[in-house]
Amino acid sequence: MIGNFLDQFWSLTFGGLSLGFIYILIALGYTMVYGVLRMINFANSEIFMVGTFATIIIIKDVFQFTQTSEYATGFRLWLILGTALISSMLVSGILSMLVEMVAYRRLRRMNSGVLAPLISAIGVSMVLSESVRILTDSRPVASPRAMEKKFLGQFFDAGIRIDNTIIVISALVLFGILITFVNKTRMGKAIRAVSMNPNAARLMGINIDGVISATFLVGGLMTGAAGFFYTLKYENTSAFIGFELGIAAFTAAILGGIGNIKGAFYGGLALGLLETYASFFLGTQWKAVTVFVVLVLVLYTRPNGLFGEALTQTRA
Amino acid sequence: MFNLRDKGAEIWESQGRVGRVAIAVGAIAIVAALPFMGGTFLNTPVADYESVLVYPIAMFVLMAIGLNIVIGKSGLLDLGYVAFFAIGAYTMGLLGTKTELNTWEILPIGIAMAMFSGIILGVPALKLRGDYLAIITLGFGEIVRIVALNLGALGRSEGIQGIPTPPGIFGIEYAFDSHRIYYWTLLILILLAIWMVRRLSARRAGRAWESIRQDEDAAELLGVPTFKYKVWAFVLGASVGGAAGVIYASKTLFIAPDNFTLQISILILACVVFGGMGNIWGVILGAVILGYLPDRIRFLSDARLLVFGLVLVLMMNLRPDGILPRKKREKAIVKKDAS
Repeated sequence: MIGNFLDQFWSLTFGGLSLGFIYILIALGYTMVYGVLRMINFANSEIFMVGTFATIIIIKDVFQFTQTSEYATGFRLWLILGTALISSMLVSGILSMLVEMVAYRRLRRMNSGVLAPLISAIGVSMVLSESVRILTDSRPVASPRAMEKKFLGQFFDAGIRIDNTIIVISALVLFGILITFVNKTRMGKAIRAVSMNPNAARLMGINIDGVISATFLVGGLMTGAAGFFYTLKYENTSAFIGFELGIAAFTAAILGGIGNIKGAFYGGLALGLLETYASFFLGTQWKAVTVFVVLVLVLYTRPNGLFGEALTQTRA
Repeated sequence: MFNLRDKGAEIWESQGRVGRVAIAVGAIAIVAALPFMGGTFLNTPVADYESVLVYPIAMFVLMAIGLNIVIGKSGLLDLGYVAFFAIGAYTMGLLGTKTELNTWEILPIGIAMAMFSGIILGVPALKLRGDYLAIITLGFGEIVRIVALNLGALGRSEGIQGIPTPPGIFGIEYAFDSHRIYYWTLLILILLAIWMVRRLSARRAGRAWESIRQDEDAAELLGVPTFKYKVWAFVLGASVGGAAGVIYASKTLFIAPDNFTLQISILILACVVFGGMGNIWGVILGAVILGYLPDRIRFLSDARLLVFGLVLVLMMNLRPDGILPRKKREKAIVKKDAS
């Protein structure tokens, strides 16, 4: 067993890394919203699901790929991937803003506590997943393969697959852009201000509604990108996919300390690797249990998550 | 805004002892007579009306009362309540098929098992608060389901089949399709649960829960053993869920992990919040509506869950405190706290 594990260590690690980066992007959707609202955005998992469908629609209907088409190469390939990435980001981002308007805005103005918005977000996510389920006849949808999944090279006997490489690099770039946005721009500053103290931020003339909309938009953009990467890696989706990935990504956000952007990064990576290793040793059916057991242990010893301290300090 | 809950409380409090007994007996009689109203507008178009009364409606009501102890009374967000339901059901399934015990003998064992697992989950988890508690309980619910899905002894995805029906008592026979009998059995359990919750709320435990819900730190400083009462709330909630699980298993005769998904936890939570957290009548009303609605609007067939989701969003936006919110007096304190 151990010998096998060492043999496969690097290929497992590469798979786990790309899964981890998908988790990071979804976890950012949770963590950004939690940062400003102190609420779990329950609909984020369905926003991710819609993102995966947006990618498939672009590949299948806009670029007319079928299961038997030849792989795209060169410029056309990058055009296709770029369009799919940007459109799923946009679709998810705008959807996320709409979710905020429908499920949260009115309740937030009424100052109604935590549970009412949670239920209304659950309602929205039911509406989203059910609409997609009806549209797809409850069947999973396969994505045609637009790109040949060749190996770029070898690393200790493990092939580096091109899709995993694309995921890791582009997710890193997106994460870098997000960090710059939050730390360097005016809007990012406003988001941080609202997350530290909404009342003080309002007194300083910050448009709270605008900031919250922007946060949902940014979270949605990241989640949508995750939808694209997921489709690229696993090549199929269904109306029910949001739940499982959403729970995992949420766990990742908690693991790193929810509300903390860097926490989402480390939490997502840790979870992606952990899940991959755990499914190697125990079989895929137990991976969710391992994840939750680790989560319980982490929360028990460090109740704010691994990187949650900065958050609680600013919150008090 | 018109507050039905306060109106009802006014009428109730203005009555003497005789009047109260009359109201209670009348209400119980109406509820007990519900299975005979199948022919009226209440009828559900596709599913058998009487079986809908048993599951989901009566079952949801029972579980919502249990969850209300945890969420509504003590303010602990539990997203894994289905775990206790599953533990009760699997206790019934295992003991009912492997041993000679009958449902009535298993019922206390199932409740004890659920309470025990409530302690196992509660003691570590209740040190955490708010959203962290929510995610831990959610994880627990999933772990129970995954264990049931993967352990050979629990039948994996096929679940457990051929669970016996309860033996007759007082000459009443439980047949597989005698929905009425199950409905009345559940009604008795529901009344017992209501009685338990009402008695506890009026006593030390109820006051401790109330103080924990409003401000845990202040309660702790004033000498309320908060941790102990939080575990108690958890364990009592679990016991109700376990009882519901035992009856459920001996009603459906067949259980599988698919019956115990997170969706059930979410639905029961929705019942509690939708009806009016903390107020037991509101919670019951919420459970009746949310249990009944998807089957009533089955003519929408495929789109019924979609409509259900829309109703949730709309209702929460119009009445965020639920249909029958808790007493104004209790609410006022929360409002002051928030401002």
